[in-house]
Amino acid sequence: MTVVDFVFFLFALCLLVGGIFTVVSRSPVHSVLWLILAFLSGAGLMVLLGAEFVAMLLIIVYVGAVMVLFLFVVMMLDVDFAELRAEMAKQLPLALVIGLVLIMQLAMAFGSWELGGGVAILDAPVATPAGTGAHNTAALGMLIYDRYFLLFQLAGLILLVAMIGAIVLTMRHRRDIKRQDILQQMYRDPKKTMELVDIEPGQGLK
Amino acid sequence: MAEFLQTNLGIVLLVAAQCLLFTIILFVSLAFLMYADRKVWAAVQQRKGPNVVGAFGLLQSFADFIKYIAKEIIVPAGADRFVYFMAPMLSFILALIAWVVIPFADGWEIASLNVAILYVFAMSSLEVYGVIMGGWASNSKYPFLGSLRSAAQMISYEVSIGLIIIGVIISTGSMNFTDIVRAQDSNFGFFGWYWLPHLPMVFLFFISALAETNRPPFDLPEAESELVAGYQVEYSSTPFLLYMMGELIAIVLMCALVTLLFFGGWLSPIPGLPDGVLWMVAKMSVFFFIFAMVKAIVPRYRYDQLMRIGWKVFLPFSLGWVVFIAFMAKFEILGGFWARWALLGG
Repeated sequence: MTVVDFVFFLFALCLLVGGIFTVVSRSPVHSVLWLILAFLSGAGLMVLLGAEFVAMLLIIVYVGAVMVLFLFVVMMLDVDFAELRAEMAKQLPLALVIGLVLIMQLAMAFGSWELGGGVAILDAPVATPAGTGAHNTAALGMLIYDRYFLLFQLAGLILLVAMIGAIVLTMRHRRDIKRQDILQQMYRDPKKTMELVDIEPGQGLK
Repeated sequence: MAEFLQTNLGIVLLVAAQCLLFTIILFVSLAFLMYADRKVWAAVQQRKGPNVVGAFGLLQSFADFIKYIAKEIIVPAGADRFVYFMAPMLSFILALIAWVVIPFADGWEIASLNVAILYVFAMSSLEVYGVIMGGWASNSKYPFLGSLRSAAQMISYEVSIGLIIIGVIISTGSMNFTDIVRAQDSNFGFFGWYWLPHLPMVFLFFISALAETNRPPFDLPEAESELVAGYQVEYSSTPFLLYMMGELIAIVLMCALVTLLFFGGWLSPIPGLPDGVLWMVAKMSVFFFIFAMVKAIVPRYRYDQLMRIGWKVFLPFSLGWVVFIAFMAKFEILGGFWARWALLGG
């Protein structure tokens, strides 16, 4: 067993353990933490595949940002997870069936690919295969920003629309509360807001 | 020997030895940096600072260290023990492992990654978990509020740090630190470094680094006047020490990042003088001094001001700068001033 194999099995094991405990752990916060372990192991596997850029993005985007939001939500929400879990037990047979179907589909897809000599598009040489000098960040950049530029922009547009939608749905501008106007605060004139008074001893303010 | 170092076991041992050596050097320098930090702080406030343990108080940090580890570890009732102890370790380890890609001189790095800068960025974005987990696992209100604040702050400033880094990456055409430093090598010494073409971003990066590492004036998670001491209220003894060291390591890492990204790493500022590790260390020390001075002389920000600066000032400005840099580098305006990759022939 080479070092690479060993590391692969280590990451794969962590990934599986993380995935399983995400589902079975009692506390939702622990679930999220296990999920983070799963993501990190997944990033490790990607590094092994030579896709270090994707691995780092996985960590930055999913673990560094998305999972933090998850943690916030899970910590703040007052949901009775024991009840949810009881609900989950009821749905177990259906979930098993769906899982089985998914595995079958994957097996069929990969099986036919393996047996039937693959799909022409997938077998076609990629723009810059690994090992030709350009490292995969540059290769990815060329693909996204040159070849699939429009698709990439479209994906960005869809995300933007979703973001605007979420903001519009949740924005509620309340007029009955006081707000800070930073510019107004900064441009306040001390002469108008403050008055200095010299008071003689024993006189007091008139 | 040379053959043995080519085998798998040899490589593993070699890397482990490098890591160990580096960790020891880092820890010893941390002790003196902590001392220097307190001395600078004291000097600004016209105090003497630590001056009892050892000559001039030089051994103060070591005395503190012994005191920390000799104290009793107190775990609050109802704390989630596993997460409670995981959090400071995570904070410490994540701050430490980011160092593997930091070069101190040409080739003086433990690992040379293609995506080194992203790796450092990823590790520093993970550091937020130490804070959140610690605050949550303490099962107490003040730490939890402190951790929420801190997490929101760190995430906000990560965004602008990321955008600032992108500008440097566009100029260099590589995410490797060695490449970034080499791209700053020119006949002009000090004036060839990235601080000049990326001038506004140097300040933005520095301020974001302060916010990202929860240093004053942005030490709102600690805000002892409102939140006792933020996410670490319930920590004592070694776990607390780990948090403190993690924070300090992150600050020194930020000094290293400023040096590498904008101030030419190990390059000598005067053309003709030899480059080397001493320049790198000297530059990092200067930035650490500035960090310490900022801590001493700038009053703390209010939380809403902090968030406003992060999202409404830094983010649009750095985003605009990325567009500007991309334009300047693409069309190679002013020769290779912004488009260093063109000079390198990359």
